[in-house]
Amino acid sequence: MDNMIKGKVWKFGDDVDTDIILPGRYLVLTEEEELAACVMEGHDPDFSKKVKKGDIMVAGKNFGCGSSREHAPIAIKAAGISAVVAESFARIFYRNSTNIGLLLIESKGISKNVEEGDEIEINMDKAVLKDLTNSKEFEIKPLPEFMMGIMNEGGLISYLKNHLAEIKDE
Amino acid sequence: MSMTMAEKILAKAAGLNETEAGNIVMANIDVAMTHDLTGPLSVKSFQKIGVDQVWDPEKIVVLFDHQVPADSLEAAQNHIFLREFVEKQKITNFYDVREGVCHQVLPEKGHVVPGEVVVGTDSHTCTHGALGAFATGIGSTDMAMVFATGKLWFKVPETIKFEIEGKLGKYVYSKDVVLDIIGQIGADGATYQACEFGGETTRNMSVSQRMAMCNMAIEMGGKTGMVEVDDATINYLKGRTNKPYEAFTTDEDAESLTTMYVDVNDLEPQIACPHNVDNVKPVGEVEGTPIDQIFLGSCTNGRLDDLQVAAEILKGKQVAQGVRMLVIPASREIYSQALEQGLINTFVDAGALVCNPCCGPCLGGHVGFLGPGEVSLSTSNRNFKGRQGSPEGEVYLSSAAVAAASAIKGAITDPR
Repeated sequence: MDNMIKGKVWKFGDDVDTDIILPGRYLVLTEEEELAACVMEGHDPDFSKKVKKGDIMVAGKNFGCGSSREHAPIAIKAAGISAVVAESFARIFYRNSTNIGLLLIESKGISKNVEEGDEIEINMDKAVLKDLTNSKEFEIKPLPEFMMGIMNEGGLISYLKNHLAEIKDE
Repeated sequence: MSMTMAEKILAKAAGLNETEAGNIVMANIDVAMTHDLTGPLSVKSFQKIGVDQVWDPEKIVVLFDHQVPADSLEAAQNHIFLREFVEKQKITNFYDVREGVCHQVLPEKGHVVPGEVVVGTDSHTCTHGALGAFATGIGSTDMAMVFATGKLWFKVPETIKFEIEGKLGKYVYSKDVVLDIIGQIGADGATYQACEFGGETTRNMSVSQRMAMCNMAIEMGGKTGMVEVDDATINYLKGRTNKPYEAFTTDEDAESLTTMYVDVNDLEPQIACPHNVDNVKPVGEVEGTPIDQIFLGSCTNGRLDDLQVAAEILKGKQVAQGVRMLVIPASREIYSQALEQGLINTFVDAGALVCNPCCGPCLGGHVGFLGPGEVSLSTSNRNFKGRQGSPEGEVYLSSAAVAAASAIKGAITDPR
């Protein structure tokens, strides 16, 4: 995982749910590219065409509420989004994203101070997010240590491959 | 040490004498459920780990309920893929297209008992906590870990206990109680917490009514819904399972416990309005809203008591002109009981469509899609934008009684 992330902001509100991120009718799909093509369709049917690799999503509270469908974070990651920054995340989405290696960052006050199209830079080592467009800085709340471990090993599947014997013995 | 029910169950599952909220524990899983929509990704993730056999084929339940019978080539292919997995892994607890909705079928077939840790690749797995289990929804990769190891890590949750007191009025149900709670605390009001339902009103409820409340715990961000075991639980388990079980209770002085008192004496039927489950209003405030489609069913309110009250209201009446009413019993057992009791006849005579047990229009991925500009009244659990089809459609949520009364009028109606 990169410790410095820079990208253009796509802005969303509170309670962005999993039906907005990936509507139910697409749950029959399992391939990453197919899912990426439908990402955020409930918000903007053309979103997948507009988004560029490395872009960052910024949202309000309770991002990812609703279903346990892992299709949702997979679609976001496969569309090229490098990180989702929000005031808070829903529980299952938070776990699922870490498990597949999609970076989620909590940052209080972010949704009121960052605008769509701004360029932001996230310094994971210093736990700081900077809006390069308006020069405002924000603290970020890193993932809990245990989850960061999973993230740093490239997600839960890689983590399991590395630690299978010890988990089975635990 | 004083602990909550959630803490006690997770401690036991992790082989510990005690644990407290905030701790990370590695818990042994008692039941792992996956279904036709999230199962394929779970199996594909499992196959990437490099383990050939699942940890215990008898503790896994695979069930088809979201797209049954297959409604597209993709769905048919997903079903084939999972049937092959079931056969290869020798999974005996497999329910193909005919059995009904997972959160009804698992308790009904005796797969869930008190004190267990139950995980499912479906966010409404929290329903099973109505039997005194710790049950929670997980994603496909977490399920792959369970398939491979029989274990999963959990952050032990704090508990918010709803002490529900008072007598529910006529045509007021547990669905109205839980909608009222969600309206008060919000869609993230219980994030990462175990939502325990207690109090005299809960103790007077049937297991079915308790399941409807636990089902909605996720709609306030909860990790699980729970109800302490009592005679109603034990009677429900009788004849369904011989599995040993252990009943846990929450200590009143547990440190991670917050209590919220809920008085339901004057509670009216409640409606969750578009497009958030916490946008809750008493029925009186939205009465008269015209409806295009009514859905009576789902893991929230598709059980026999829901069908009974709806049939009582619809008996001898007609579904309004221009309104489509879909009745979907939550399981084959419920369908059969509804047939025996003449409820299905009542629905058919009233002009409703009765479908095979399945998730139906709830997820907007199978039957009964909502078109642009259309309005649905549904006894299910989510009303997100686009949930039942078009993002330009609108979904209201209610109890079965409100749904039935509204079907006759063609508009949201107070059943009282």
